[in-house]
Amino acid sequence: MESMRFKLKIWRQKDRNSPGKMVDYEVSGISPDNSFLEMLDILNFNLIKRGEEPVAFDSDCREGICGTCGLYINGRAHGPGKGMTTCQLHMRMFKNGQTIYVEPWRAKPFPVIKDLVVDRSAFDRIMAAGGYISVDTIGNPPDADTILIPKQDADRAFDAATCIGCGACVATCKNASATLFVAAKVSHLALLPQGRLEAKRRVKNMLLQMEREGFGSCSNIGACQVECPKEISLENIARMNRELLKAILSPHSDD
Amino acid sequence: MREELKLSAVRKYLMALSGLFLCLFLVGHLVGNLQLLETSYEARLQFNSYAVFMNKSPFIKVLSLLTYASVALHAFIGLALYWKNRKVRPVRYYYNDPGASSSWYSRNMPLLGILVLGFLLFHLSDFWYSYKFGETPYMRTQDGKGVILENGHAAYGVEVREGVAYAGDMPVGRVMKDLYQEVVQTFSEPVAVFVYLLGLGALGFHLLHGFQSAFQSLGLMCGSYARLIRLFGTVFAISVPLVFALIPVYVFFRSLMGGG
Ligand code: HEM
Ligand code: SF4
Ligand code: FES
Repeated sequence: MESMRFKLKIWRQKDRNSPGKMVDYEVSGISPDNSFLEMLDILNFNLIKRGEEPVAFDSDCREGICGTCGLYINGRAHGPGKGMTTCQLHMRMFKNGQTIYVEPWRAKPFPVIKDLVVDRSAFDRIMAAGGYISVDTIGNPPDADTILIPKQDADRAFDAATCIGCGACVATCKNASATLFVAAKVSHLALLPQGRLEAKRRVKNMLLQMEREGFGSCSNIGACQVECPKEISLENIARMNRELLKAILSPHSDD
Repeated sequence: MREELKLSAVRKYLMALSGLFLCLFLVGHLVGNLQLLETSYEARLQFNSYAVFMNKSPFIKVLSLLTYASVALHAFIGLALYWKNRKVRPVRYYYNDPGASSSWYSRNMPLLGILVLGFLLFHLSDFWYSYKFGETPYMRTQDGKGVILENGHAAYGVEVREGVAYAGDMPVGRVMKDLYQEVVQTFSEPVAVFVYLLGLGALGFHLLHGFQSAFQSLGLMCGSYARLIRLFGTVFAISVPLVFALIPVYVFFRSLMGGG
């Protein structure tokens, strides 16, 4: 099988408080069918054999569903592919011998922990501020057809719910805004009857938490939608802006 | 104050509303200015009477105050948001390819806005200031022997002091200013034409992103309307500055050919 080689320029940073820098590496013997993370595994294997510190990066499912991985590759969040996470990116998408720049998500609210690993707990705190519904879990679950939901709404809610919280939207945004992420969560629940009850509180509190965490504001540039591995649409942001307007204009009514 | 009113998304509602109001203003301003494309004495008289009306009407006064307020609010919020957003990425990307996912003009709205603001100030100092306080010439009768008063009447054998015509010591009325002539003079200068083209170009790109962005900010970009709004926004952003630009270009070439 064809074997590929690459020049890599990778961000190395010892810990949160140290300054980092780009370091040059070379890898060879890479299969076009290797994923990007497998290529980094091979690099790390070689580094460990040479007694050097391996490159730290995040991953878990390696099949595009968990949202753990996320690298800024050749100037783009999750690299050159469309609608895919870093773990779904394969080396056949690069030219043999190409130089590849690998950096962590860069945003003030996503501080680097080590090398390519960033702290995304800001997203957890935004979720805790309202990305849930309050339900009684004592007793039997009700039948699924007791609350009817139009198919279009269910589909839109599902599309919004596919957000995996990877943070690519923040990484690619000029303003490091988390608006697409928050909009996906707000939309997902706003479209369903179970989410309406707390809709007004939710949109306000999640956006307030987003700003407290230090994310920027939305300029409707739309890079997030292009780089999002789940192709979360800007329509969700419009819907969130509508939800916020409702919450502001009639703060005390239920819906 | 309710905490949520300080959200940047709320400020964007105000930006969007003021921006869209300014879009309406642009249409009105453009329609009025198209009178400049005519060259006859009557057209010139009509344009100058229109200028008198625009300066006198209380309704227009309210509209113009709203317009100034919109520009101030819009520019203030826009630049404040820009200032805040500048600080969110202290360590920049070593290698970045923003062009892969967004247009340059959508990323440079603050710069385009500042260009538009600069152009606006230049434009106002050019015409508005000299019309109100400066050396705009007086509108003369077609035979050149008398002057036209603001009420449209011709006055012969009068002496003009500080904008008022006197017959002897008797004031007979304010003299109409020849704004038309002022515009023609300005646009016979290639540098002025260049500045106008630059300013209108910046405005065009500002609107190419801004028009549809305002609808998105207000939460109105949804479903089947979205495509229509984007299409209309693109047509608006290209055609309005283009037709505005037609005026200096046309007047410039007319002055080259010796017309007036
Ligand atoms: C005739 C003049 C102008 C018109 C018609 C106009 C129109 C617009 C519109 C419709 C938007 C979209 C608003 C939104 O996204 O909600 C916008 C955005 C913007 N405008 Fe203007 N604008 C004008 C002048 C200016 C000036 C003078 C400045 C600043 C000096 C400015 C700075 C901005 C900025 C920074 C944005 C983007 C804000 C953001 O999304 O974060 N604009 N403009
Ligand atoms: S909206 Fe898309 S890019 Fe942003 S966190 Fe969710 S999946 Fe990732
Ligand atoms: S590792 Fe789970 S999405 Fe990439």
